[in-house]
Amino acid sequence: MSGEREVSVFRLWLGAVAIIALATTLLVVLPTLSLRDVPPPDGLAPYTADQLRGRQVYIANGCVYCHSQQPRDPSVGPDQQRGWGRPSVPGDYHYDEPHLLGTMRTGPDLLNIAVRQPSRDWHLGHLYQPRAYLPGSIMPAYPFLFERRRGTTPQPGEVVVALPPGVAPAGTRVVATPDALALVDYLLSLDRSYPVTRAETPR
Amino acid sequence: MTIGVGLLLATFLLSVASLGLFLWSMSRGLFGRGEAAGRVIFEPREVGLVEEPAGPVGDEDALQGVMNRTGHTGEFSVLTPDQASERARLDASSRLPVLAALTSAVIWLVLASAFGLVASLKLHLPDWLVEQPWLTFGRIRPAHLNAVGYGWCSFAGLGVSLWMYPRLLKTPLVGGRIATAGIALWFVGVSAGTWAVLTGHSAGLEWLEFPWQADVPLFLGGTLVGVSLLLTLQRRTVPHLYVSVWYISAGLVWLPILLAVAKWPGLHRGVPQAAMNWWYGHNVLGLWFTPLGLAAIYYFIPKTIGKPIHSYNLSLIGFWTLAFFYSQVGGHHLIGGPVPSWLVTLSIVQSVMMVIPVVAVGINQHRTMWGHFAALRHSPTLRFVVTGGMLYTLASVQGSLQSLRVVNATTHFTHFTVAHAHLGLYGFFSLVMFGAMYFVMPRVLDWEWPSARMISLHFWLVTGGFAIYFTGLSIGGWLQGLAMLDASRPFMDSVRITIPYLVSRSVGGALMTLGHLVFALHFALMLGRRGDRRGAALLRRPSPEPVGVAAGATA
Repeated sequence: MSGEREVSVFRLWLGAVAIIALATTLLVVLPTLSLRDVPPPDGLAPYTADQLRGRQVYIANGCVYCHSQQPRDPSVGPDQQRGWGRPSVPGDYHYDEPHLLGTMRTGPDLLNIAVRQPSRDWHLGHLYQPRAYLPGSIMPAYPFLFERRRGTTPQPGEVVVALPPGVAPAGTRVVATPDALALVDYLLSLDRSYPVTRAETPR
Repeated sequence: MTIGVGLLLATFLLSVASLGLFLWSMSRGLFGRGEAAGRVIFEPREVGLVEEPAGPVGDEDALQGVMNRTGHTGEFSVLTPDQASERARLDASSRLPVLAALTSAVIWLVLASAFGLVASLKLHLPDWLVEQPWLTFGRIRPAHLNAVGYGWCSFAGLGVSLWMYPRLLKTPLVGGRIATAGIALWFVGVSAGTWAVLTGHSAGLEWLEFPWQADVPLFLGGTLVGVSLLLTLQRRTVPHLYVSVWYISAGLVWLPILLAVAKWPGLHRGVPQAAMNWWYGHNVLGLWFTPLGLAAIYYFIPKTIGKPIHSYNLSLIGFWTLAFFYSQVGGHHLIGGPVPSWLVTLSIVQSVMMVIPVVAVGINQHRTMWGHFAALRHSPTLRFVVTGGMLYTLASVQGSLQSLRVVNATTHFTHFTVAHAHLGLYGFFSLVMFGAMYFVMPRVLDWEWPSARMISLHFWLVTGGFAIYFTGLSIGGWLQGLAMLDASRPFMDSVRITIPYLVSRSVGGALMTLGHLVFALHFALMLGRRGDRRGAALLRRPSPEPVGVAAGATA
């Protein structure tokens, strides 16, 4: 009795699966096949263990929700003029898993932040209190990546953050945690300023 | 370059050709009997009879009066006591899983609102709540997104779908316990995933932040709900599958496929992973939330006003074109990025093609409601669902425009996109779900909503709040984009210029949150059976023929 009815349910599911299979082929399988064998550019080194740990801190604290890592072609936007670097190519992300391209620029692009800000002290202090460095910044402060300790004399093994006067409470020192140091290690690895050939540019 | 263009042209032609093939194969034997299929949500002589359990009986009478005046179909408008009892039996069959899903939905709505409001405030109060890692913006924001998506929206969509299924198929829900177990598993998954995001164990991809360990219960839970619906589908007693069944069934096929491909370990990295990310991020909206939302629109508007959908065939065209085009649009999130340009162009083309299904839905909804807008005054369900439906059209048209390179150049990387996302998932989906829940809950509990005023308050708080939210953030995002494009202005300009609009977003968001608290309180009062009126009055059906009490006996 239900032959025709079964056909219509079957067609529905068959159609639904076929459509998603086509979309997956176009948007997932083809890009993977065409970019899987792109070699890393000569200038790109794999992340070190510390940098990878810092990358996890970057992910855990959701930096990607405000910072992209994809300077674009001058025809699309003035990214290069802002000093964010040449347009990125797929090879630049050879070692990136998960990818952190981002979709938001509440803050600036970070793919070449190490070129613009090579100072570890600057990064540590800026993470502790961004507004001590950039008035009007709306980046959150990350005091939980640091420890405030009594006294101003550094103890052995401590990395004390060099802050502008008045930022740390008087009589205390701000010590970077291993997470903060790893995060800055990662930020300082973000330098994709090596040249790439035209062949490495996706078309 | 030429290879790219050729490939693009080939895929485009293939797209159009296969779409034609689809429409042809799907329409065979379907188009001729379209109008009959549109009537399966009514009993044989019921067309013309309104059904609106959300308000007091007086409102339902007034609604019937409006429909009698403005567009009575001249048909019988009769639901016999037997038919009413049978309907009450169907409604009762899905009670347990629906109640579990909708209660979970309300819990996650409140949690998600709190996360969202905190995240919004933090954007203009960057030194507020900074001592605790779990409260940092970069964790609260994804917690908000996931609590909304996998918590509130998914639970509401699953609950409303589970409730509609027996009515759409005219057979009691089979495997209600299986479905309830599925809802429970889903709750475990979304709780574990949100906890992981807040404690710093995010997987790092937008919309895919949950670690795979949390996605397994989601996958299994969704499958169990699907099993229950499949079993019910096999026992159906209706001659035609109503379009809502298509949407729900397809959505329950699509979501597990999306999750499985996206979470397959070791498969994705680098730029292809970004392509996969937005294939998923857009499809979870287009192939999961949108189908569930449209399924509800297609049921509740015709059912509430007692008038079949304007064109059933159009709704099927809308279904297949939505699936076809929406599934390929994700790449427009990567315009200008380091991805092959054919990928982005393909997505832009399909984004524009989305106009077809959107117009299909828009025309259908509008032509069904046309001439009866006075009905909105007497029906909370319609107020929410019709507003949601209109915002669906708006969100979709905006989405198509936003994919164009010329518009995208300004809006990409800005708060404008965030406003757009909320137009879709809040303006469209959440409002439709509110309306559906106002209709469903009295039928599930055999109890009236305790307070018509609280429903009204909820409506005005969330629509007013959302109007502020959306307008402010869209303007702010656009200005932010213009500032970023202007190389002569320092980047900080693009930050400063948004501040007043970010504040207005917090104001709008606070009003929305307040509305949600009113709704949650009302929901709790109803669960606690507050209010004087009992179910007998609730199920009274105004009708030219004496049908009397429908199913009070089950109360």
